Formats: sequence, C-alpha cells, structure tokens
Amino acid sequence: MAIHKGRGFACVNYPIGMNLGGDPSQALVHATPDGKFMVTLSSIDLGQGMKSVTRQIAAEALGVSVSDVHVDTADSDTGPHCMGSFASRGTHRVGNAVIRAATEARAQLLEAAAEEMEVDAADLVTDGSGNIHVRGAPSRAITVADTAIAAQFRQGRTLAGRGIFLVPPSDADPETGEMSPVTCFAHAALVVDLEVDDETGEVTVQSIHSAYEVGRALNPRLVEQQLIGGAWMGLSHALFETTEPVYPERDPAPLDFNSYVMPGPGDIPDHHVAVLERPAPDAPYGGKGPGEMCANPVLPAVANAIYNAVGVRCDTLPITPERILRGLRELGGARPGGWSGGNFGGTGNPNGAEPRTGSGDGAGNGHGDGHGTRPAWMATGR
Amino acid sequence: MTKTAVTFRLNGAETAIFVDGGQNLLDVLRRGVGDLSPKYGCGQGGCGGCSVLVDGTLRLACITLAESVDGASVETAAGLADGPRLHPLQKAFMEGFAAQCGYCTPGMLMAARALLDANPDPAREEVVEAISGNLCRCTGYEPIIDAILAAAADLRGGAAR
Repeated sequence: MAIHKGRGFACVNYPIGMNLGGDPSQALVHATPDGKFMVTLSSIDLGQGMKSVTRQIAAEALGVSVSDVHVDTADSDTGPHCMGSFASRGTHRVGNAVIRAATEARAQLLEAAAEEMEVDAADLVTDGSGNIHVRGAPSRAITVADTAIAAQFRQGRTLAGRGIFLVPPSDADPETGEMSPVTCFAHAALVVDLEVDDETGEVTVQSIHSAYEVGRALNPRLVEQQLIGGAWMGLSHALFETTEPVYPERDPAPLDFNSYVMPGPGDIPDHHVAVLERPAPDAPYGGKGPGEMCANPVLPAVANAIYNAVGVRCDTLPITPERILRGLRELGGARPGGWSGGNFGGTGNPNGAEPRTGSGDGAGNGHGDGHGTRPAWMATGR
Repeated sequence: MTKTAVTFRLNGAETAIFVDGGQNLLDVLRRGVGDLSPKYGCGQGGCGGCSVLVDGTLRLACITLAESVDGASVETAAGLADGPRLHPLQKAFMEGFAAQCGYCTPGMLMAARALLDANPDPAREEVVEAISGNLCRCTGYEPIIDAILAAAADLRGGAAR
C-alpha cells in the first residue's frame, strides 16, 4: 500500500454566450439631477461582479468617475430585457449594451454642455473626474453636475441613453449543420498535482497551476477571485459533491449539509493563477470574462491526474474513494503513470469505476448499460 | 399558541418581543425585529449562515430557542459597524474581496468576531477551525481566511504574522 503522485492536465476553449434564437441584452442609462448616472439593468449579479464591472464600463464610456455611476440590477419589472446571467455572457453581452447606452447618454451630456458653454459639442472632452472642457483648453470647463442641472432645469433635456447588444439568430446550414452558436471564446489550461492513497482511495490535491485567457481583465481582483473560487467548485464537483443514493436505499442520500460533502476552509490547495490578456475585438473594452470555465477544466485535470497516479480511469463524477478502490481492484493494483492498455478505444475498460449506487451486485443501477464491457469483478459474480 | 414575552439586548439596544413557543431565534430576529443580517441557509445548523453571538458566545440562531435569549445580549453582523465606520473585519473583507454573493458573509463575520474576541492573534489553522462551521459556495475560503488574519493584525495595531 502506498501513496502515488499524479499530475493531470486539461485545457478548455470556452464559448462566451449562446445563440438559441438570438442572444440580446439591454441597458438604460440616465443622469440624475446632481450629475450622477444610473445604469438600469435586469441582468443579475449572482456574486460574480456584474455590478462592479458594468459600473466600470459605464464610467469609462461616459467619461466620468466610477463613484459617479450607480448600477441597479435584477428587477425585470423596471429594468430593460436581459437574457440572463449564464453561459459566461454577462460581461460581454451586458457590457456591450452598457457601452451603447452610455455612449448615447454621453453624446447628450456633451450637447447640453455645449449649449451652456456656447461651443460645438464636437470640441468638448471629459476629464474623467466630473468636468467637461474644450479640447486643449482645460480652463474653459463646466462640471458634469452643472451640466445635468442645466439640462434638467433650463434646457428641458434628458441625459439618457438606450443600449442593446444582440447576437442575431444563427440558423444551422441545412447541408452541413454548420452554425455560429457563440461569438468569442475564452481559454484556459490547468495542471493539477495530487496524491492517491491506494489503500483508502483518498485523493489529496496538492496544487493547481492555471493560466486563463479572459480577454482584458476589466477588474483583475474580481477575475482572480472568481478563478480561485471557481477552482474550489471544480474540485468539489470532481471529488465530493453528489446526491446519489447509498445502496440499498433508492432515494437521494444527502438531504442536508451534514451529508452533502464539500471541501471546507483550508481544504483548497495552493492555486497559482496566471491571467493572460488578449482583448477580444467584439468584447467591451476587450473583456470576455472568466465565467463558467473557472470551474470546468478542474474536473478533467483531476480525473487525468488520478489516472496518472494509479491508472484508474474514472468517467463518473464525483471520483470518490470507493470508485478509485473499485478501479484499483479491477486493475489488480495501482499502475502509476497511467494504464498502458489505454482507454480510448484500446483494451481498457471504460467502466473502470462504478457508481456507488451499484455496490453489491451491479444490478439496477442503470449505469452499466451502454458502457460496453462490464468490469471483471462484475463478471465474476461478485 | 401561547406567546411569551422575551427581552434581550440586540446590538446594545433593548428589544422586547412576543415569541411563539418553540420559535427559533433566527425567525425572531429576521421576521420579528427586522434584523435581516443573519441568513437562513439550511435551518438545521449545518451552514453557519445564521451565526450570531449570544452573551459573547457563537450560536446558530436557527437552532437556538428564542425564549432562551431572554435577558441576554445578542449581537449580529448588523451591529458590527459603528455608524458609517466599518468594523475592521468588514473593512478587511471588503478590501480582500472576501465576498462574492455575500450570503455567507454575515455568518463568517460573526464567527470571525467570536474568534478574535477570544484570540486576538490567531494562527491560520485557528482561523480555519473557527470558520469550519460556515459554508461558502463562492470564494474557496482563501480570501476569507486572509481577511480575518488581516483584520486581526489591524485590531492588534500591528502587521499580519
């Protein structure tokens, strides 16, 4: 009995957004009488930072400071339509809509300022900290706040903008089936180092090294936070989380957090993140967003590392100690460095690990069917 | 159902409310007196979202009988800030990006508060132990652990060890 080290690698090309009959999001921007700007969305921030990032995007496009922008989200009664926060689309789709709305509002802001200053709006620029001035002449200035007051109380003008970003529907080509389901892709590569105890089947993940290409990291701390937290979710999914019944019961077993197992504080290994920035041309200021792929590559990398450590190829999640021990029993012991018999069309057994629902006789678990060769231990009538 | 009068100090303010027999403290705090900072996560003491301090001891409000806090001092995350001045723990959580969705945050803050009240200079392992009853789905815990260590250093007036 021994501890076996393993290293696994995985890459992901992750699509941003989806396209099932078009993928639109809208944004509205308006100035309040004191020269602040309200961005109204029905897109929802689930904690991934949508409010922070759309606030930054709006401030950049308006030419005002971030502290002068407020974002109101998540009310589909009062906000303009958004498809939702999913498919890693928030930063890209909603951000683009915010840029369009803010650009229209900025044009109205500059027109109102031009009327007050009796100059051409095309000659005006913003300094990003609450002032509008004539290009090249910073002393010929008016504040954004004074402009907003003048627009509302003297000129009778709104400073507002509407924005929509639509990825049009893409029908499948009847000949080839080809379609364009997404716009841009984000990318990641990830290496997991772990140890497998071939006596207990327990896996200890020791480190994660990852590189994520997310376009421009619009808020680097949020990106890092999402990547670290997402890797935790990936590990949890790979090794722990399941609602499967425990034989012989047939009802889902974990009904509370005492039996639904997840890694706790201190259980995540060292995670070294490298963020690569390749701004995407169709993305808001180049930002594609980390989205779902912060969790995805962790799972195959863990599965590959376990294969590398002991030769057990698990194709069912989570990879519990029981599944690893079943795989080891089938192999007749650990085979560090991966199983030379191979599993991709070779003589290897794709059912290297059975779900724990099938413990006992392998009958009635609904999993063995369609998976080709039955494990040797099942054939022997165990 | 018989109502019982319960009097306690909530974040220093005298509070009196009639509670049902068997009603839990979380329900009384959220729906009775309107302090929404403790969260309902699992309702069975498994997630730590409802963590509060009762006479300085960390308790799970969802499995604490409301009648049992009669005469006690109850502290919640809503009482951490002093007016506009954030508690060092809140400041460290904010600066350290220790929240994403934020649902676990009030419970984490109170678990951390209980730790730092008892141990102003905790080791990392002690922080891990202190928040081991609090689930977080977003952060991977690392920023939370770092923020608590940073707040401890801030409260001691020194550098993090």
